[in-house]
Amino acid sequence: MAEIVLMRNFSNTDSHTLGAYRAAGGYAAWDKARTMEPGAITEEVKKANLRGLGGAGFPTGAKWSFIPKNHTGPVYLVVNADEGEPGTFKDRYLLERDPHALIEGMLIAARAIRSTKGFVYIRGEYVEPWRRFSAAVKEAYDAGLLGQGFDVVVHRGAGAYICGEETGLLSSLEGKKGWPKIKPPFPAIKGAFGQPTIVNNVETLCCVPPIVSRGAEWFAGLGTKTQGGTRMYSVSGRVKKPAVYEASVSITLRQLIEMAGGVSGTGRLKGVVPGGGSAAILTADEIDVTMDVDGLKNVGSMIGSAGVMVMDESVSIPEALMVLARFYAHESCGQCTPCRESTGWIYKMVHRIVEGHGHKDDLDTILDVAKRGAGTTICAFYDGAVGPYVSYIEKFRGEFEALIPHA
Amino acid sequence: MSRPYGATSASDRAPADRAGLTDPATIVFSEAQLAEVRRLQSLYPEPRGALLPVLHMAQETFGHISLDVEDYVATLFGLSPAHVHEVVTFYTLYFREQPGRHIVAVCHNLSCHMAGAPKLIAHLKQKLGVDPGETTEDGRVTFLTVECLCACEAAPMAQVDDRYELNLTPEKIDRLLGELR
Repeated sequence: MAEIVLMRNFSNTDSHTLGAYRAAGGYAAWDKARTMEPGAITEEVKKANLRGLGGAGFPTGAKWSFIPKNHTGPVYLVVNADEGEPGTFKDRYLLERDPHALIEGMLIAARAIRSTKGFVYIRGEYVEPWRRFSAAVKEAYDAGLLGQGFDVVVHRGAGAYICGEETGLLSSLEGKKGWPKIKPPFPAIKGAFGQPTIVNNVETLCCVPPIVSRGAEWFAGLGTKTQGGTRMYSVSGRVKKPAVYEASVSITLRQLIEMAGGVSGTGRLKGVVPGGGSAAILTADEIDVTMDVDGLKNVGSMIGSAGVMVMDESVSIPEALMVLARFYAHESCGQCTPCRESTGWIYKMVHRIVEGHGHKDDLDTILDVAKRGAGTTICAFYDGAVGPYVSYIEKFRGEFEALIPHA
Repeated sequence: MSRPYGATSASDRAPADRAGLTDPATIVFSEAQLAEVRRLQSLYPEPRGALLPVLHMAQETFGHISLDVEDYVATLFGLSPAHVHEVVTFYTLYFREQPGRHIVAVCHNLSCHMAGAPKLIAHLKQKLGVDPGETTEDGRVTFLTVECLCACEAAPMAQVDDRYELNLTPEKIDRLLGELR
């Protein structure tokens, strides 16, 4: 049985309150961290092999160390709570059930990067998580945990998937439409309001207090050689017990599906999205892969936000791609031509295939357009759309062809 | 019943505080709201950071973000109306026309799709007599289909005003609709 780290407090109905969090040992890590040198905290997080859990999987300690050492102006800590990746719902649980874990993680991270101000960007639709988290922030202020050298501003988004992309998020935080920015400069050099900024995901920061309390070696030992810890897997679709599950990053996809009660519907697996809508689909033969960043990269997919969507044999793959293609067409921010144009046209083409009006060359045209555009845009959004376009068609081509007259 | 999406830290205001809906002359925040605008602006290194929160406030107060509301908000920030327009039209939670008294937003992304969202959407179309994106004639409900609301463990689901309604069936949706006045 794997260790439960992030969801340790969830079974307590009062887990969102300061009293319950403290009673469970909360803020002890902060008490320890405040006696540590900032650089020592970053070193600990580096040694823990913590990697970003929002999608990109970048090593967290390394990211923190990019803040320029000679910078004298403000440094900002921004929390990405703009959860929106299809199939992902873990941060909602953390915001609602353990908001103080995030605040404690922020306090420690802020000390490591010498920040006096943090912004928490919560997606606009998350009204209850926003209320819960805001109430926890107020408790933390009243208790003197916040406001003593570190302030937190809770900021609500207004509905735009692209604001989960870190530079899009920063544009939005600055009172603009959420257009991603060209990197470099990276946010650690020039981020929010032009100042060095670290953007971390909710779950990533919630890993930080346990790392400080129990040590980097313990955390690193929970995972693989290149990624430490456990993480929260959002499992949905055709499984018997859809829910959020915590397990080591070294669990296999097969084990995770079993944890969720196994495949429902026909009981026979057709495909699985392992890491949110933007991850390439895996076939039933590809699920003995470990769920760490590198494990999925090695099979041409990605762990992303660990949103696992399971499809049994009765699910139509072309229809699934149509649903995702509609999502990308709707959410493309419109800044880069390849993304703006391709997402719209590819949705139309997949739609007509599903409706039985596909043209003979449609599949090759989609693959050609998708592959040509990959890597040509400012942010990773379009690459995230190409993952499903290409993998669904290449791995299940027969199913698409069966829908196309005279294919 | 509170307004959908528009809840802000000033969300507990009495209905009497609501200004007129269409007359530009009445598009003005109360003194207390103006103080809240200044407080929000002071939280950010540049006041403009408070634009999204203030737009949430404006929608809550004026019902929707008309061009006149955009102009008014622009004056509070010293921004061009064009900038505010660009922001308002970028995000899905700002309504540029008066929505119904309630919003029913059904997720149609992948996990909800697999769990029967299309059937639910068809049922709502028939029940409400409007297509997604439209408001019932009596102004009671604006019906939307939306992208992933990140509650896939309880698919199919919808957001009804500011609440997540989970594991929906046509029967459950009927019951929820019955509660909306």
